[in-house]
Amino acid sequence: MLRVSLRHAAPDLAVEFAAQGGITALFGASGAGKTSVLRAVAGLLTPDQGRIEAGALLFDSATALNLPPHQRRIGYVFQEPRLFPHLTVAQNLRYGARFAASDSVPDAARLVDLLGLGPLMGRGIAGLSGGEAQRVAIGRAILSGARLLLLDEPMAALDAPRRAEIMSYLETLRDETGLPMLLVSHALDEVARLASTLVVMQAGRVLRAGPVEDLFSDQSLAAYFGAREAGALVPARVTGREADGLTRLETQAGPLWLAQDLPPGAMLRLRVRAGDITLALSRPEALSALNILPACVVSLLPDAEGPGVTVSLICGGTPMLARVTARSVSGLDLAPGRAVWAVLKALSVAV
Amino acid sequence: MTNWLPPEALVALALSLKVSVWATVLSLPFGVAVAWALARRQFWGHGLLNGLVHLPLILPPVVTGYLLLIAFGRRGVIGQWLHEVLGVTLAFRWTGAVLAAAVMAFPLMVRAIRLSFEAVDPRLEEAAATLGASRLAVFVTVTLPLILPGVLAGAVLAFAKAMGEFGATITFVANIPGETQTLPTAIYTFLQVPGGDATALRLVLVSVAVAMAALGLSEWFARRVARRVRGQ
Repeated sequence: MLRVSLRHAAPDLAVEFAAQGGITALFGASGAGKTSVLRAVAGLLTPDQGRIEAGALLFDSATALNLPPHQRRIGYVFQEPRLFPHLTVAQNLRYGARFAASDSVPDAARLVDLLGLGPLMGRGIAGLSGGEAQRVAIGRAILSGARLLLLDEPMAALDAPRRAEIMSYLETLRDETGLPMLLVSHALDEVARLASTLVVMQAGRVLRAGPVEDLFSDQSLAAYFGAREAGALVPARVTGREADGLTRLETQAGPLWLAQDLPPGAMLRLRVRAGDITLALSRPEALSALNILPACVVSLLPDAEGPGVTVSLICGGTPMLARVTARSVSGLDLAPGRAVWAVLKALSVAV
Repeated sequence: MTNWLPPEALVALALSLKVSVWATVLSLPFGVAVAWALARRQFWGHGLLNGLVHLPLILPPVVTGYLLLIAFGRRGVIGQWLHEVLGVTLAFRWTGAVLAAAVMAFPLMVRAIRLSFEAVDPRLEEAAATLGASRLAVFVTVTLPLILPGVLAGAVLAFAKAMGEFGATITFVANIPGETQTLPTAIYTFLQVPGGDATALRLVLVSVAVAMAALGLSEWFARRVARRVRGQ
């Protein structure tokens, strides 16, 4: 359980959120105060006022409680790996264990395996690639007996293949270790793939906080995420592969087909971007798109400027977002309660 | 060697080595502490401390020696106390030569160590704290190993400076053969006596060799600190 409530003057922060286990993402533009929140949780920044709880009470201005960083047992993976240059990879990994209670340190051999660090163990840190160094930093933080892992854009300095690699390692860690994580990110694909709770920050304030699925399909946040990036996250289950090679997925909204090989039975999260949905009043015939779902318009939100409108839909209980123009809204006479067909032009698997 | 250098010269060389080793070893902990404070701490009197440390570098050595005599002489404020309470006498003793050499070499030592402190990325120390290391543990396991070559470089430089100290030493503890006559004061003495210039020249060669070796060693340590901080 993570509960953060803090106020600070410089940098200006007034933040309050709570999260259960899994990965909580702090999302926002540069300068929104995401890193300052992490530093406060780690004890590297003392807020003027507030209360921070992560497994145990770490900070409470009301009772003047302020545990120093080394007593908090919060693992911190910084933007840059910050490995100790005078130690080898193995010594870096072991660094935190000597300060931790032995029962709090996880099995090192298993973690080395999970992070694929075996071949690096005897090496110095100078020859490590960016991705390798960041994996060592993640392992080092976990092996210090951390009860919460803070990740400050650990993939920001990496190229796309390394970034994908670290993401899949984080996914494995989340599922295999159950260690709660607080991830700072300004990339929606990272959030969509990894997080269960989302805290959207802007100028030192929490704009919204809640389950990732709810916020991704929230009409009012679409402008904030960007018209191209906004869109629903739909939980789905792989039910099988059909003769022509398409994979069939079961969702609350109805069956969907995907041209991607996925293991049957897998639970995953589909990302349906608002810009990839076309609305029609009657079920379109003779159309190449495969995924067509009956839906109902919930509300319409015109952009502050420009001809765009974000339409909030409900498809068999699953909320979705669609982007259309104001001319289409009047042409189709779209209004709350109106039954429509949602044509999904593209689908991508977020998880 | 005994033919090449007369016994008095050998005694002076041995005394110089003894004085310089003691001066270096005794001032090293203070040097590290002051360098750390100057590099890493903000406090009232930061500039004053920095100035005080550097003062012996700028003052005429004879002034430093005279100030030492006033403070640490047998009737000096500190000297009297040291003599009565601890039984330690500094004025006109080799121990006084150690103090004079240590004070004169201190600025060089502090500068070298301070530079290596500044080369250590404080973000590494922050990372160590989040991994559970207390302040002391951070210093011992991260900072000190990274600055160690710099500390050695500072020590070598201070040793070389101590070997060459003249003005403050001769003012504070005079030039007593076998007690306070160090290499430079011996050279000075040999130059004053007729026929002594050959011996003086030989001592000068020894002095130059020691200084060059110390500088080379100090440079080598300094390069090591740079490499170490980069993780090579």
